[in-house]
Amino acid sequence: MLLDKHGVLGPDTWRHLGDDEPAADGEAVTISFKRWQAEGERWREHSGPLGLRLPNDIAPAAIAAALDRVALVVLNFPRFVDGRAYSQARLLRDRFGFRGELRAAGNVLRDQLLFMARCGFDSFEVDTERARAENWSTAFREFDLFYQPANDRAEPILWRRLRNWQTAAE
Amino acid sequence: MYHYDEYDRRFLEERVAQYRDQVRRRLAGQLSEDEFRSLRLMNGLYLQLHAYMLRISIPYGTLSSAKLRGLAEVARRWDKGYGHFTTRQNIQFNWIHLEDTPDILVHLATVELHGIQTSGNSFRNITTDPFAGVAADEIDDPRPYCEIVRQWSALHPEFSFLPRKFKIAINAASEDRAAVKIHDLGLNLRRNAAGEIGFEVLVGGGLGRTPILAQTVRDFVPRRELLAYITACLRVYNQYGRRDNLFKSRIKILVQSLGIEKYRAEVEDEYAAMGAERDALALPDAAVAAMQAQFAPPAYREAANDDAELRRAQAAEPEFARWIERNTRPHKQAGHAIVIVSLKPLGRPTGDCSASQMETVAELADTLSFGEVRVTHDQNLVLPHVRKSALYDLWLRLGAADLATPNIGLASDIIACPGLDYCSLATARSIPVAQALSRHLAEREVAIGPLQIKISGCINACGHHHVGHIGILGLEKNGAESYQITVGGSDSARAALGGIVGPAVAADEVTATVDRLVDTYLRLRRDGERFPDTYRRVGLAPFKEALYVAR
Amino acid sequence: MTDRVLKLVTGNRLHDGTVVYFAGSGAWTPQIDDARLVEDKDGAALLAEAQAGSPPHPAVGPALIEAVRDGRRIVPLMLRERIRAFGPTVAYRGD
Repeated sequence: MLLDKHGVLGPDTWRHLGDDEPAADGEAVTISFKRWQAEGERWREHSGPLGLRLPNDIAPAAIAAALDRVALVVLNFPRFVDGRAYSQARLLRDRFGFRGELRAAGNVLRDQLLFMARCGFDSFEVDTERARAENWSTAFREFDLFYQPANDRAEPILWRRLRNWQTAAE
Repeated sequence: MYHYDEYDRRFLEERVAQYRDQVRRRLAGQLSEDEFRSLRLMNGLYLQLHAYMLRISIPYGTLSSAKLRGLAEVARRWDKGYGHFTTRQNIQFNWIHLEDTPDILVHLATVELHGIQTSGNSFRNITTDPFAGVAADEIDDPRPYCEIVRQWSALHPEFSFLPRKFKIAINAASEDRAAVKIHDLGLNLRRNAAGEIGFEVLVGGGLGRTPILAQTVRDFVPRRELLAYITACLRVYNQYGRRDNLFKSRIKILVQSLGIEKYRAEVEDEYAAMGAERDALALPDAAVAAMQAQFAPPAYREAANDDAELRRAQAAEPEFARWIERNTRPHKQAGHAIVIVSLKPLGRPTGDCSASQMETVAELADTLSFGEVRVTHDQNLVLPHVRKSALYDLWLRLGAADLATPNIGLASDIIACPGLDYCSLATARSIPVAQALSRHLAEREVAIGPLQIKISGCINACGHHHVGHIGILGLEKNGAESYQITVGGSDSARAALGGIVGPAVAADEVTATVDRLVDTYLRLRRDGERFPDTYRRVGLAPFKEALYVAR
Repeated sequence: MTDRVLKLVTGNRLHDGTVVYFAGSGAWTPQIDDARLVEDKDGAALLAEAQAGSPPHPAVGPALIEAVRDGRRIVPLMLRERIRAFGPTVAYRGD
């Protein structure tokens, strides 16, 4: 199942193709980065929505040219402690202006969801049973104040405070 | 001193509530130990040999008397009545129960303290000069910048799962008392020709298994761009730092393998591409000014800079004179002194402080130092603003609490990690070695003069042994403790890594070995030369020889 | 003291971190002398028994260690384990 950044569980409507699997006409599919590199031009012509799965050791610049055709990018967290995809997400959103769906896959745990959401992720592949048992949907609301500017455009505390001071001074 | 506002308080409340739920899930069996470990570490909770250990962050080593009392309360209520000040200017409690930790953090939040990011693969406590704001050789007060960086780095969405821990130090004086060159990222505050404040940015320093000194990435980053530029440095590390081998995952290894030029080029490319993000991170002058206002100097009363009475007291009591000489430093405000409170009484564990001692220091800070206390990276405390006329009284009161050992900077002012007596990573004990050495050397430490002995109980080097004038590294060989000894290290502005003097020695040989190294230094030193200067001049050979002959 | 090296299982109690030893039948004890001591060859089986059960497990990081019997006492071979069993070797200054 998928969790969205509002904490709602839903089905995954995409099919994630192996490197030899064909797609049906009009079908929403994701392909690997490797496959995109080899067969990119052909996949541009695919009649349905297209998604890309980007390994976490490939710089997002490598798929910058694909982003106009891609509706979903899936980034991978192979282990809880491997945080490369946080930077990939920031770059895809802020640097390359990707507006489609950004999905976190792999070892996604409850206590990372908010970090991920702040970096620009909007869906998460989760273990449904755990997500229900541990009430994952509330994880996004554990904080409403942040110290850094990020992709969620929340106003950082330092800046908010400055605005208050300036207002008070006027 | 910085005080929390409603935002800081709410942020911390939210954090404690989140942690309480994590503990609940762990105790209910919903989280495995593997999963919980990362979460508890992000709140400073370790599992050590005897119990859980809670490490509390002391941002840039600055405490108020209220915070110190809050720590004393934790020691008394939830631990065994003491705490241990660390080389990262933090404090740790050794006998903590997991089930108590949410309540401890609630208590600490009331005095604006927490354990956030005192462990884990993210930003650690930002450190600086323990004399910040009072040192005479300071270009600008580093604390406002420390606080800005601290806030920016708290639960950073992009950099909370770095390849490895990340330590930042800021130095703002001509003498480097923050050891910036042994940090993942070091900032030297500078003023350029136009009078603007900025920072030299150094990257890739660190001790541990592969000791390396940091190198300069950029000579001058205007303060407005500080957070943006650090972001570029970190983003390159987060993407390219190694994650396949724990021992090669620090940024120093990345910088070493790329070379500083290539690393710099990557950072500059990233920085150039940041665009709008740079604007979002730009530090407005007004924000810096508002932060600086938080660190305004206390309301010093005019005090005559007449030392006559002080000199009389010193002449009358040699013990007091020695304490003044060793444990006080010049203050930039006339009639005041910086006082260093020694946590190294002979034969006691270095850096340990009992709850009642904490309360004593808090009380003295309230009456004599505007309620302010600092923690040094060599595990002592500082009362930063003491009127000279109060020094005698202060000395008596500190002495009554066993806090006035006149040994700052001398042989018995040893840095040591907790070692195998407490730490689950340790391979040998540190504390008994430090105790034996301090007892043995104390008698002649005045004749020896400034000498830094630093002891680590394992290769992770929490005791900074590589940069000790004499460094001692505890290892385990065939089930027995053995100690590898280095000489000539230094953590000053002329930072240097020590050289190994010979094969590791057994625990009962450490004192005799160090004795011979000290003798060799005394024999070779020229007028007033400090240990690292002699070492630079004569090299490793005479020290090796002295030990070889003895064997 | 017999020199025969025996095995036991130790860990830290989940809720407070106290050093504990597996006493058999699902029980853990802070007293090392009450630990279940087995021959070297039975170590793996003892560890498996100690690790069994559904979460939350009462002890974190169960591990086999070596010890010898000294009369009624049990003494671990490694210094690290002796420190865990008997406390720090240095006095601390709490109050």
